[in-house]
Amino acid sequence: MSSHAAHFESDSHRHETAELGMWVFLATELMFFGPLLLGYAVGREMYGQAFAAASRHTDVVIGTINTAVLLTSSLFMALAAAAVRSDRTRMTMRCLLLTAALGVVFLVLKGFEYLSEWQEHLVPWADFRFEPRLRQGAGYFYYLYFAMTGLHALHLTIGIVASIVFALRLRVNSARALASQVGVTGLYWHFVDMIWVFLYPILYLVERHG
Amino acid sequence: MNPNGEGLFSAASSLGHTVDVLFLSVLGVTTFVAVGVAGAILYFSIRYRHGSKADRSNPPARARWIEITWTATPLAIFLGLFIWSSIVFSRFHRPPESALRVHVLARQWMWKVEHDNGRREIDELHVPVGQPVELIMTSQDVIHSFFVPAFRVKQDVLPGRYTSLWFNATRAGRFNLFCAEYCGTDHARMTGTVVAMPPAEFARWLAAGPQRDDLAARGFTIYRRAGCSGCHEAASTVHAPPLESLYGRQVHLSDGSTIVADDTYLRDSILLPEKQIVAGYAPIMPGFKGQLDEDDLTALLAYIRSSEETKPMSTSP
Amino acid sequence: MSSHPSRAFHENSYLHGGFTLWSWLTTRDHKRIALLYMISITGFFFLGGAAATIIRIELLTPQGDLVDAHTYNELFTAHGIIMVWFFLIPSIPNTLGNFLIPLMIGAREVAFPRLNLASWYIYTLGGLFVLATLLFGGVDTGWTFYTPFATLFSNSNVVLAIVGVFVVGFSSILTGLNFIVTVHRMRAPGMTWFKLPLFVWANYATSIILVLATPVLAMTLCLIAFERITRIGIFDPSLGGDPLLFQHFFWFYSHPAVYIMVLPAMGVASEIIPCFARNRIFGYRFMTYAILGIAIIGFLVWGHHMFVSGQSMYASVVFSLLSFLVAIPSAIKVFNWTATLYKGSILFASPMLYALGFVGLFTIGGLTGLFLAAAALDVHLTDTYFVIAHFHYIMVGGTVMAYLGGLHFWWPKIVGRMYPETWGRIAAVVIFVGFNLTFFPQYIAGAMGMPRRYHVYSPEYQLLNVFSSTGAGMLAIGYLLPLVYLVWAMFRGKHAPANPWQATGLEWQTASPPPKENFETIPENIPSPYDYRSRTRS
Ligand code: HEA
Ligand code: HEA
Ligand code: HEC
Ligand code: CUA
Ligand SMILES: [Cu+2]
Repeated sequence: MSSHAAHFESDSHRHETAELGMWVFLATELMFFGPLLLGYAVGREMYGQAFAAASRHTDVVIGTINTAVLLTSSLFMALAAAAVRSDRTRMTMRCLLLTAALGVVFLVLKGFEYLSEWQEHLVPWADFRFEPRLRQGAGYFYYLYFAMTGLHALHLTIGIVASIVFALRLRVNSARALASQVGVTGLYWHFVDMIWVFLYPILYLVERHG
Repeated sequence: MNPNGEGLFSAASSLGHTVDVLFLSVLGVTTFVAVGVAGAILYFSIRYRHGSKADRSNPPARARWIEITWTATPLAIFLGLFIWSSIVFSRFHRPPESALRVHVLARQWMWKVEHDNGRREIDELHVPVGQPVELIMTSQDVIHSFFVPAFRVKQDVLPGRYTSLWFNATRAGRFNLFCAEYCGTDHARMTGTVVAMPPAEFARWLAAGPQRDDLAARGFTIYRRAGCSGCHEAASTVHAPPLESLYGRQVHLSDGSTIVADDTYLRDSILLPEKQIVAGYAPIMPGFKGQLDEDDLTALLAYIRSSEETKPMSTSP
Repeated sequence: MSSHPSRAFHENSYLHGGFTLWSWLTTRDHKRIALLYMISITGFFFLGGAAATIIRIELLTPQGDLVDAHTYNELFTAHGIIMVWFFLIPSIPNTLGNFLIPLMIGAREVAFPRLNLASWYIYTLGGLFVLATLLFGGVDTGWTFYTPFATLFSNSNVVLAIVGVFVVGFSSILTGLNFIVTVHRMRAPGMTWFKLPLFVWANYATSIILVLATPVLAMTLCLIAFERITRIGIFDPSLGGDPLLFQHFFWFYSHPAVYIMVLPAMGVASEIIPCFARNRIFGYRFMTYAILGIAIIGFLVWGHHMFVSGQSMYASVVFSLLSFLVAIPSAIKVFNWTATLYKGSILFASPMLYALGFVGLFTIGGLTGLFLAAAALDVHLTDTYFVIAHFHYIMVGGTVMAYLGGLHFWWPKIVGRMYPETWGRIAAVVIFVGFNLTFFPQYIAGAMGMPRRYHVYSPEYQLLNVFSSTGAGMLAIGYLLPLVYLVWAMFRGKHAPANPWQATGLEWQTASPPPKENFETIPENIPSPYDYRSRTRS
């Protein structure tokens, strides 16, 4: 299929190339989150009190569980990467599917969280209600909360789809054939995970040091 | 270059003159460099044109000392220019104490000016020659920019906060006032005139014209009407900080930081009290966002500022 | 190497075989993708130019008599958006860069050919959004989208325009990514970093900026669109936001972006000047350091666009200092180009005329940048025509000039035929004169205080504007000339040898036009770059 693969000297050459490509892409991704994080820092500066109060309304329980879920998923992704290198096809496939499954669990929990926040009128653009004195700051907080978690969820979804696709392709292809794809997906997954590990404290745990 | 003094090197304000000197110097340096570079290119182009007899033996592929020189020399020149310009620039940000304060409210697409005695004008600003004038500016909608080319001053005017600008006119005359920040359809028509007049004449102008009662007094009535007094009066039962001689003071906030009580701070304290809570007070002050318009605020601030010198008239019924 | 293209080569030149539209729209050949880009950006250039033409006609008189205020605002906005994002940023990297980088490093392809094609489609999609914006009545925010005007006050198609810019941003990112990986992984054996032509270095540095800066713009634009739709957000003061925050985000992208727009041009000049001076480039290594220096420091100076915005005085002073520092590497480059002429044997073919024009106009534009970097002067000059002149000198006088120089220089390689030399020189001169006539008066108008984005202005500026508009007419002709004769040369020009300029560089070691796979055999024993003297002596 890859008529263009001709321009690579070897498989390893192709792996390295794909991997570097993903690293560069991740650099881009990081910058993509940049404005949100900076906006957060500024808001925190302007509305420290409101941010703390708003953060108290987030669901720490779900947040914490989700953090655990993602970390575990990363573990399986790492296993998948290891398996693919020592080309154990079925093992790779299982790990990928488990990873994806955990990703789905995360999204489902997140969905419930969103739902409850919507019922508690914490969605800034849908009849937002908050203690009047802190309304503005809290609105600012939730605006960023939804932007960040939403963007993260989007990335996660992409990761899930990728994992499933490659898992399915492993039923026909050998691990060696998909080694670089799986490796690269792994990089991406760990990145998405890392983003969450960063979001978790600043969104859920503000009041601890607000 | 033209009577108004937009003319390149005939500024009409004290700072403007220093700016012009700097401008001319930078112009000199850069022209020198530009001519130098162009000259070298032309000279080489002719001397070493293809087929010329010029000697081409052992050309330098690189010569560290040359490269060092022409890295270091610009660096030195740049640092010089930087320091000079920064000194001048910092003066833009230090209005003299004696400055006469005038309030400017920008909106699509006009300039509203209010003097301390309540005299108002639109798209015009009268100022005395030879006395520093500080403009306290805010915008009602988008970002505008107050630009008087003849004075070499410009300052963006933002919604939701106060920015200030000062100048000291050195010459009587009528000068262009432009809005320099793009602000929508009639941005190009958001222009006006700054009229600099001899002090005596200015005093007469100020005294004349439709007199409304002065800003601070109007501020005090609002202070009553809006219910500020209910809490901020010494007599009040509510535990709220006194506002007398608050202006320009260091204020300690509940989050441990301190801040100077300038116009923007006062504005925020009134509109969004929760932004900064004064240390030792309960955050019970309601926000007045939406209840007070820009004019009211201007008046209120004038009052709070004036209550700096004179004891507030709160004793009078 | 053969001075005449052997028939065999012609048959499998990348231009032959599969002439169908389909074969072009599905190609993964970086050379064909380069041509796809060339066609699209040329279209956008003339569109943006048409807007500029109307702007200049309007400004002939102080009263706004040709178009009304709103239309005028939409014109300069369209002009800015199109010229920056749909012409200048993709201009050199996506056309010449796409075509030449693999050839110059001795590769058969870019690292990700599919991605390369995808990025052209993304570019086109973005372009369609912008065209839609214009069809549905345009957008009037200026290319800078300042809040809160863009978020709450403008009632034009802001969101549509933003989507267009957002989309095209991803095309930039993918191209940058592709180039970075290509330069790292696809170099021919023996092609070490310090044997790379400066054109490759320049595009490498550009790509790094593209990849790191563009996403910031993308996210910022999202926030604007979102704020506009939901009426809540972090930029509008009346919503508790901070409009300066937007300006910081925007310029954090847009200042590096200006180096995106000039570094490739510097690369082009660094190829042409040594070639026609028959001399090795002066201080090759210093040039590479300068390129990287510009790319890195360029990320730290954005605040110089905000000296009067209300940002803290101390911030302004720091940004002013950094803005002076970022000028140092540019200085080095200008001096090194000049020194390359020393003891050369200079031929004044069209590419050289354009290249020298670039050096001169870039220098003037850059030097006036120093006025703006001096905060005390910027207070007076900001948002006046002085700024307009500053960046047109660099972007139009500089980059567009270099782009045209590059087109002439590599045209034989790209289409396999020579362009008409006389016409080339005439156009170069017309453009140079027309350009200065257009933009030099704007420095004076600006220093006299004429604000930008004004379609009615006070009469004392009229004379200068008349000069400017006259020049623009001349410039228009100057730009139409190459359009005509380069296209003509594509079909009628006389056949080009593999290396018409006796230039060094691997791209000249293969036929003109190159075969599909670039090289019959990947060249070994890579020569050191710009080794002109040895070959003129031999
Ligand atoms: C390709 C585009 C490009 C490039 C390369 C540059 C390069 C530079 N720019 Fe420019 N700039 C723009 C495009 C560009 N700019 C645009 C588009 C805007 C306006 C955006 C808008 O508002 O719409 C702008 C605006 C702008 C501003 C803000 C003006 C304002 O709005 O108030 C400033 C202020 O510092 C500035 C400074 C500089 C400096 C110091 C350089 C330096 O990098 C220049 C360095 C080069 C030289 C200095 C010349 C070579 C040196 C020598 C020959 C020798 C050394 C000289 C001496 C020893 C004296 N630019
Ligand atoms: C980046 C590239 C770029 C390029 C190449 C140009 C090219 C030109 N620009 Fe550019 N310009 C900008 C970037 C660029 N500009 C930016 C970023 C702004 C700021 C926008 C803003 O404020 O938001 C700006 C703003 C700007 C203004 C200020 C408007 C204002 O503030 O009110 C002016 C005014 O003279 C101007 C003029 C020109 C001219 C005469 C050309 C000429 O070089 C164009 C020459 C080309 C042609 C003339 C096309 C060829 C001939 C035809 C198309 C004939 C057909 C014509 C018709 C059918 C009418 N430009
Ligand atoms: C319900 C009582 C109440 C009312 C009504 C009220 N304030 Fe306050 N105000 C407070 C309290 C309590 C504080 C101190 C806590 C804080 O900073 O929010 C305060 C703080 C302030 C401050 C900051 C003082 C400082 O020392 O920094 C200003 C300025 C101020 N108020 C002005 C006003 C104005 C003007 C009005 C009327 C438009 C007003 N207040 C109405 C209770 C009130
Ligand atoms: Cu107000 Cu422009
Ligand atoms: Cu800049």
